[in-house]
Amino acid sequence: MTIKTRIDARFEQLKTENRGALVTFITAGDPVYDVSLEILKSLPEAGADVIELGMPFSDPMADGPAIQLASERALANGQTMIKTLEMVREFRKTDNDTPIVLMGYFNPIYRYGAEKFVADAKEAGVDGLIVVDVPPEADEELCIPAMNVGLNFIRLATPTTDDERLPMVLQNTSGFLYYVSVTGITGVNAPDISDVLKNVARIQAQTDLPIAVGFGVKSAEQVREITAGAAGAVVGSAIVREIEANLNEDGSPREGLASRVKMLISELAQGVRT
Amino acid sequence: MTQVDNLANSLMNGPDENGHFGLFGGRFVAETLMPLILDLEKSYEQAKADPEFQKELDYLLTYYAGRPSVLYHAERLTEHLGGAKIYFKRDELNHTGSHKINNCLGQILLAKRMGKTRIIAETGAGQHGVAVATVAARFNLPCTVFMGAMDVERQSPNVFRMKMLGAEIRPVTAGRGTLKDAMNEALRDWVTNVDDTFYIIGTAAGPHPYPQLVRDFQSVIGREVREQMMEAEGRLPDSLVACIGGGSNAIGLFHPFLDDKDVSIYGVEAAGRGLDGPDHAASLNGGQPGVLHGNRTYLLQDDDGQILEGHSISAGLDYPGIGPEHSWLKDIGRVNYVSATDQEALDGFQMCSKYEGIIPALEPSHALGFVKKLAPTLSKDHLLVMNLCGRGDKDVFAVAEHLGMNIKG
Ligand SMILES: Cc1ncc(COP(=O)(O)O)c(C=O)c1O
Repeated sequence: MTIKTRIDARFEQLKTENRGALVTFITAGDPVYDVSLEILKSLPEAGADVIELGMPFSDPMADGPAIQLASERALANGQTMIKTLEMVREFRKTDNDTPIVLMGYFNPIYRYGAEKFVADAKEAGVDGLIVVDVPPEADEELCIPAMNVGLNFIRLATPTTDDERLPMVLQNTSGFLYYVSVTGITGVNAPDISDVLKNVARIQAQTDLPIAVGFGVKSAEQVREITAGAAGAVVGSAIVREIEANLNEDGSPREGLASRVKMLISELAQGVRT
Repeated sequence: MTQVDNLANSLMNGPDENGHFGLFGGRFVAETLMPLILDLEKSYEQAKADPEFQKELDYLLTYYAGRPSVLYHAERLTEHLGGAKIYFKRDELNHTGSHKINNCLGQILLAKRMGKTRIIAETGAGQHGVAVATVAARFNLPCTVFMGAMDVERQSPNVFRMKMLGAEIRPVTAGRGTLKDAMNEALRDWVTNVDDTFYIIGTAAGPHPYPQLVRDFQSVIGREVREQMMEAEGRLPDSLVACIGGGSNAIGLFHPFLDDKDVSIYGVEAAGRGLDGPDHAASLNGGQPGVLHGNRTYLLQDDDGQILEGHSISAGLDYPGIGPEHSWLKDIGRVNYVSATDQEALDGFQMCSKYEGIIPALEPSHALGFVKKLAPTLSKDHLLVMNLCGRGDKDVFAVAEHLGMNIKG
């Protein structure tokens, strides 16, 4: 089944512009709902081509300290799955082009009800899902239901995904493939870019899907180097850290937090524009 | 209760090839770990089929761990409670003081076989951490143990033991700093150090094949009980009782009896301050199915699927999940899952010390708390076996504090 989403359209468009995609990650509701929505709305203008919106989870096992803390802040301030979908709906009122991928862990989705969740997400204006702890071996849990409603299911390939396993990872993946640049968690180790691009080329030989590279990417320079050989670069922890750096002692957002994040994104966006 | 009438319908055959026990279990892990757990599964299947592996394990269980542990008739407790004839399976007599060593010996032999050169583990009460540090010392492998910062504090004797054994302790402050957070951190380490590291999980949980292999290594408990009871009484026991954290000592006792339909089985969860409030660790009695740490199982969670912290007086029981095989055994009705509160565990702790001269760990004290209620309702010829899976040395400070005594000097 071929489904065409905003993700497909965006990568096609960037191809004609002959540049890579800046994929940006923030956690929904971090640090509080209103500011998070403000940041979300500012992302496209700042230069984000694809948005990953984290669904906060109490036990983010694949994430490093920065994104863990973002989840904790959001949850402490009352973020829920329903509010995350609500944020997407709000965003869609003014932006009907920028793709949104929800990223997170399976349990909150399972609790919500997988079938109901994919339907509600689609209706809210979500384009794809990245759910870290649902491997291809468990496709019927979420991947198939997501495809059935026309959501892309974006899978992670990692340095441990060898050629033998790769076809299985690619099988029901659509939208793009997310290449994890390091073995490990988000936001800790810096990737070895030449190594990464070798792996991207190896994988690209087996798929037509755009490949975006993430984990440990934090500068415009890295974004530039990566998008020289891959369709996109994902920045997460660096953005989330900028949010963290603009909080008061009591955790409340400082004046101008959203515009500082916007400045950082504009800087990163230079990596795909020069 | 489900009738188990013939072996074709055996309850002992699980899990299926994808690690499922009915709805539960499976492999819900990040892609980075997928090749590793598939490799582990393959290596385990090969090891199981290799007589040399079993021989080496048997040797270590006998001469290093001190197995078999005895099946002891608790005569004074039997008399005191005035009902069922109570036996203790004395796994607290094992080297390192609990059943945890059974599993650790099995897993470290697997690690060695797979050529891994570094060991990691999570621990709550510290009993598993001590057992891991012990086998790591014995096999000369560097070992890092993740332990919630709060548990580091309340289980200080075990922290010291691990250090003496050469392990590095990493206190985990994320979340509330208890067992589930330690497990998250161990998984983060494993996903980072994929080439050389073996993760020794301490209970019958985690992604497939862990629930199965931990169960298999712990089943030595139940197999010994079958033989020992036949020798002592000429028949099988009428009921089995074990406490449940993640469920490894319990499944180890229960599994060899699952097809013996006349044997009643009781798993005792930690009811903390009571099941009617939030402060307990009874995943089966107070949770809903969900997915955490690689498997689907009953979890303590809120309506939005966020995992809640368990509470128990015992650091070894306050895990918000439970091994997936137990979730299945609950749903099919083969095992009765009951609970004991902090107070009932404290009562059990004191009762066992006073009547039997055995100071139990706080974890099996929950089983004792339940036995105290159950035994008097049963007839004198009813044979009850309780897994006394750990000794209480590590808990004396905590218990003294709860009893209002100052022993720190
Ligand atoms: C003595 C003892 N019993 C029981 C447990 C609980 O674990 P499980 O349910 O896996 O046996 C622990 C865990 O630390 C323990 O130390």
